[in-house]
Parts: sequence; C-alpha cells; structure tokens
Amino acid sequence: MIPNPVTEESVANTPLPPQPEVTNPVGTAAPVTPVVDKPLNLGGHEFESRFILGSGRYDLNLIKATVEHAGTQIVTMALRRAQTTENSVLDYIPEGITLLPNTSGARNAEEAVRIARLAREVCQTDFVKVEIEHETKYLLPDNAETIRATEMLAKEGFVVMPYMFPDPIAARQLEEAGAAAVMPLGSLIGSNMGLRMRDFIQIIIANANVPVIIDAGIGRPSQACEAMEMGADAVMAYTAVASAGNIPLMAKAFKDAIAAGRAAYLSGLGKVTEGHAVPSSPTTGYLH
Amino acid sequence: MQVNGEQVTLEKPLSVSDYLAEHGYRAERVAVELNGAIVPRGKREEAMLDDRSVMEIVQFVQGG
Repeated sequence: MIPNPVTEESVANTPLPPQPEVTNPVGTAAPVTPVVDKPLNLGGHEFESRFILGSGRYDLNLIKATVEHAGTQIVTMALRRAQTTENSVLDYIPEGITLLPNTSGARNAEEAVRIARLAREVCQTDFVKVEIEHETKYLLPDNAETIRATEMLAKEGFVVMPYMFPDPIAARQLEEAGAAAVMPLGSLIGSNMGLRMRDFIQIIIANANVPVIIDAGIGRPSQACEAMEMGADAVMAYTAVASAGNIPLMAKAFKDAIAAGRAAYLSGLGKVTEGHAVPSSPTTGYLH
Repeated sequence: MQVNGEQVTLEKPLSVSDYLAEHGYRAERVAVELNGAIVPRGKREEAMLDDRSVMEIVQFVQGG
C-alpha cells in the first residue's frame, strides 16, 4: 500500500508563501513595479505584438478588421499558381504589416527553397515560414527536411521561421542551422485541439536561444494564454480565429489572452504544490 | 509552351512582361519563374518566351 504522502510533518515543512512587503504609508496605494517587456526579435527585426495571424479562409474584406483587432504586426500567407481573375490577398492587408510567406506545398527542402525565393520576389522581404509536409491527413512537418531547408535559406539571408514537430533535439538543430525562431506545433494544424505537446514545448522553451512561437492547433484564447504563461515568445493562430462566429472579436480575444499570458510569465508564476493545501490565512489565533 | 502546368500556344514572340500584360496578370503582385530560374522584375522585358519555355506565374493567397 502506498502511504499517504500528506502528513502533519509534510504540511508543517511546506513553507508559507512570502508575506507581501508593505512599505507604503497607510492610505496610499502600494507601488506597482512596471514590468518592461522586450520586443519580439526575429532576425534583428523587432515587434511589439506577440500574435502572428494567418490571413485566411474567410472573407477578404474581414482581413483588415481582423488584423486591427488582433493588434498583429505579422500576417502569414501562401504562394500558389496565379489566376488572373483572383483578388490578391495583398490588396486587403493594411500598410505596415510584415508579410510572412509560408512554403506550404513543399515536400522537401529543395521545394521549400524554391517557394521561398519566389515569395521573396513577390513581397521583397526576407521572412519565410518553412513548412514541409508529405501528406494531408496529419500535415505533420518533416523535421529533417526542415532543418536542411533552414540551413540553405539562412545562408541566402532569409529570416527563417521553421514550423516543426516539437522535438527538442530538432529545435536545437534548427537553431544551429540558422533559424531566427522555432515554431513547434501545439497539436495538428487546424484541429483546435490545443497544447497537446505541452511537455515537449516546455523543454524547447527551457533550452531555446531563439524565440519559440507556438504554431498550429491552438484553438482557444485560454490555450494561447497558457502557451505564453509557459514562456512561449509568441503564438500563431489561424483556424481558431477563422472558424469563429465573429472573426474580428475572436482576434481581439486572442490578443488579450496573449497579453495576459505574457504578463503572467513576466510576473513569475507561483509555485505549484501537490497533495496538500497551503494556508492563505494565519494558522494561529484560532477561536478554539 | 507551358504556363502554370498548361500547354499554351505562342502566336508571336513575347517577352515575359508582354505575356503578363496581355493575359491580365498584375505584374507587381506576381513572381515569374522561367525554365526553373526566377525572372526578377527588372528583367521581365528582356526575358523572351519561345515554344519550349516552361513558365510559372505565382502569387500570394490566403494561408497559414
């Protein structure tokens, strides 16, 4: 039989949370130390927003409002064969937004490099989200090919942001290959299943020297908030926003959740104790 | 010649730039790859198409 881990002794040995330091005179508000956040730095480019937004699957006329509600500074898009009759998504993206083309459709490193070069020719910026997949059921990224593509593109001066399966070893190899960030998936693309890979993402965050951006599967603002509390540097969302009833409002909800999670991370989360309570009221002076 | 995977008959010699204009592509919104190499915007007028040319014309679409 497993002994009950909670004993009087274990409870007595659990330190109480520190008492708040009250240094302000009576009647005035306690001073709040402002937490100054650093910008998100991607290959030397700085961003205040930590929310990267996918550009689509909804009415093009909603993009502007969605981008504004999201407060995002980076919007992703895909590259495809042009149709002369098609509207250009670029016409609907507000000025000043950084375009992040993806290499979706690439099945290996060479195809990703080809798409990245064509994308750069269209938008004249060096950002690229490397995305290499072989099948459509799970759309899982091929980490080995992604590492190869990252190395090739970084040598050509691209700001390479690889979408990856959350393998901490691959994350380190992507960094060594010159990635400006790593973008591990939370769960399957478009699934809205949330942070199913959380434990491995946590290991990636703990060891990363480049920003860690959680991409794919984040289905709710609360999950984006949790990712930020864990120390993720940014979140990318697409389907969760695109499939909402009110798309711009959901974009705003994500923005607020990401800001809340970031503030919580910067504040320093309290310690988790398991198996017993920690008294939040004095344990002396009882009326019995 | 071949454009975006489709066989196309060239009726007269054309530059990439002329082809884009004649077919209603927005030159500033597309990238062009001719026989496997990108044709930079500034080189589209001098890049000539012939019967054996393989051209890809691509643009951005909505995506994640």
